Amino acid sequence: MATVSELTQARELFRNLTLRELRGKYKRSALGWAWSMINPLATMGIFTVVFHFLINVEPDRGHPSGLKSFPFFLLCGLLPWNFLLNGLMNGMGAPLANGGLIKKVYFPREVLTASVVAAWAVQFLIELAVLMIALLFVGNVAFAFIPGVLLVLVIQMFFTYGIALALGALNVYFRDVQHFMGLFTQLWFYATPVVYPLSLVEGHRSIYNVYKLNPMVRFVSMYRDLMYDLRWPPMYDIAYVLGCAILSVLVGRWIFLKLEPRFAEEL
Amino acid sequence: MTDAAVVAENVSKRFRLYHERNDSLKVALMRRGRAKYEEFWALKDVSLEVPTGSTFGLIGENGSGKSTLLKCMARILRPDKGRTAVVGKTSALLEVGAGFHPELSGRDNVYLNGSILGLSKKELDSKFDAIVDFAGLERFIDTPVKNYSSGMYVRLGFSVAINVDPDVLLVDEILAVGDENFQRKCSEKFADLHNAGKTIVVVSHALPTVRNLCDRVALLEHGVLKAVGPAGEVIDDYMLDAHVERHDDGTGGSRWGSGEGRIERVEIIGANGVATQTVRTGDRITIRLHYSTREPIERPVFGIGIETLSGVSIAGPNTRDVDVVPEKINGTGVVELTIDRVMLLPGTYDIATGLYDYSATHPFDHCLHALRFDVEAGAPRQQHGLLALDAKWTIDGA
Repeated sequence: MATVSELTQARELFRNLTLRELRGKYKRSALGWAWSMINPLATMGIFTVVFHFLINVEPDRGHPSGLKSFPFFLLCGLLPWNFLLNGLMNGMGAPLANGGLIKKVYFPREVLTASVVAAWAVQFLIELAVLMIALLFVGNVAFAFIPGVLLVLVIQMFFTYGIALALGALNVYFRDVQHFMGLFTQLWFYATPVVYPLSLVEGHRSIYNVYKLNPMVRFVSMYRDLMYDLRWPPMYDIAYVLGCAILSVLVGRWIFLKLEPRFAEEL
Repeated sequence: MTDAAVVAENVSKRFRLYHERNDSLKVALMRRGRAKYEEFWALKDVSLEVPTGSTFGLIGENGSGKSTLLKCMARILRPDKGRTAVVGKTSALLEVGAGFHPELSGRDNVYLNGSILGLSKKELDSKFDAIVDFAGLERFIDTPVKNYSSGMYVRLGFSVAINVDPDVLLVDEILAVGDENFQRKCSEKFADLHNAGKTIVVVSHALPTVRNLCDRVALLEHGVLKAVGPAGEVIDDYMLDAHVERHDDGTGGSRWGSGEGRIERVEIIGANGVATQTVRTGDRITIRLHYSTREPIERPVFGIGIETLSGVSIAGPNTRDVDVVPEKINGTGVVELTIDRVMLLPGTYDIATGLYDYSATHPFDHCLHALRFDVEAGAPRQQHGLLALDAKWTIDGA
């Protein structure tokens, strides 16, 4: 039961821990924050060569933007995917990584997970900003869709947070959760239209019905709608991911609060 | 209830002792349970109240549950039964510098650590200088803390924690951080907090420190609350108990030993040659020990201890130190210690007696409160302290 003063404290703590994550991230590396750009660019290069040039995956033509570029098509899905992956894996690792703190100081432990996810959201935001500027050079002026992008980002952040909370708490008890997730996210990656267009799956009706239950399918589609196609995503997509995010946070917090009291002993 | 800053009500805490700790799901599924473990109650039905404004000590041997109790108070652990409640803002000094990020500067870490301990940015802004000043790290505050010496690291962590200005401060065994200078500052800070009416709960093994620092003490043994009360009493009883466990002769714990020989009686013979229990500062007295033996004892060592009522040891002369050791004693006899001038200042004192083997490790008989006596004002006359010194003042240019 959080009191008012506890919530104010948590807000302050959340801010400071997020700053810690951001400041500590690229310390002692010569390129510093440039790495947050280099990583997705390198992945983009590799995927473009492998999937576009070797396997001949063709991106859809943006509608109504008319843009047809595999690298941009890829980035519009890859950056959100990276945000999920990093937020999830590091967020769920937060209780373990801060074991020393948990054993010595009392504070609302959720804040640890929240701050990690938030820090990756900030990085994602910067990446998106760079992507949007780059899109200008191929004629895609996505600025009008910024509110939409931000809305989807916030929903995705809560979606990630809820899952990270639950898995992070379970991970304190069973360390194989993180190994399992390492494997599972690979499957998840290919079950999400990052390196291929959604239209590729749409043809297989039976698979598609299950496939589109994956919230990441909707997330990636929406980012692509907003930045690649330059159109507003369908309302039911937003409603669907919003529902997923709310469910994720409710269930995630419930599991977390159930397991959290014994963290200090189990770590 | 109204004046209690910390309340523990029927607190029980269970730990699991894993025989074979497994964190892996496979093993858990195969065993159809997480792991074999034994339950171990670190705290059993502990109830106590810490009065607001008091300095409260938790003592006990290793594994007695005192740190567990403190962690329950700090809400780091949750009791399995019962509850703990703390009134007011709490700061726990369990480990200083927990949560410091090595790559960040001292300044960033002060803000980070401060907010972990529950301070707002505004409060930290106003306290920042005091924190840095207290730690004595002005020159290094913008250096990453990974470059700090361990002393600097601890000082900064301690400084943040103690400047939180808590209503209730929970401290675990970290009174001995930093150099002497820093320790003095810490003691002063504790005194300040105490004077400001703040409540302090201290866990410590250092009984003399606890005795000096605390008003009240709770003694825990194997997770059970054994005693709560004024510091001096509880600690005395505890020290007695600690001995009794090894040698008990049924006199209620103030006396122990293997019993081959005993000191039957202690007398103080005053200046006029008569036994007395009141002497004056500067008197010539003799302390006479009457002993008897059940069997011959080779090379015995006799000793006495003079203590104040609060247990401060003033002197502990024994026969071995001055090489007065008989080859053998048998039957009854008398040992005398003559003091030409008793330099004790007025007050009441206790004499403890001991009869030991030559190694001074095996007690035949040890009696804590063999005789109590009073000292009245005599010469030299002096108001302060416990002892008069054989000294004189001279003042130039008067």
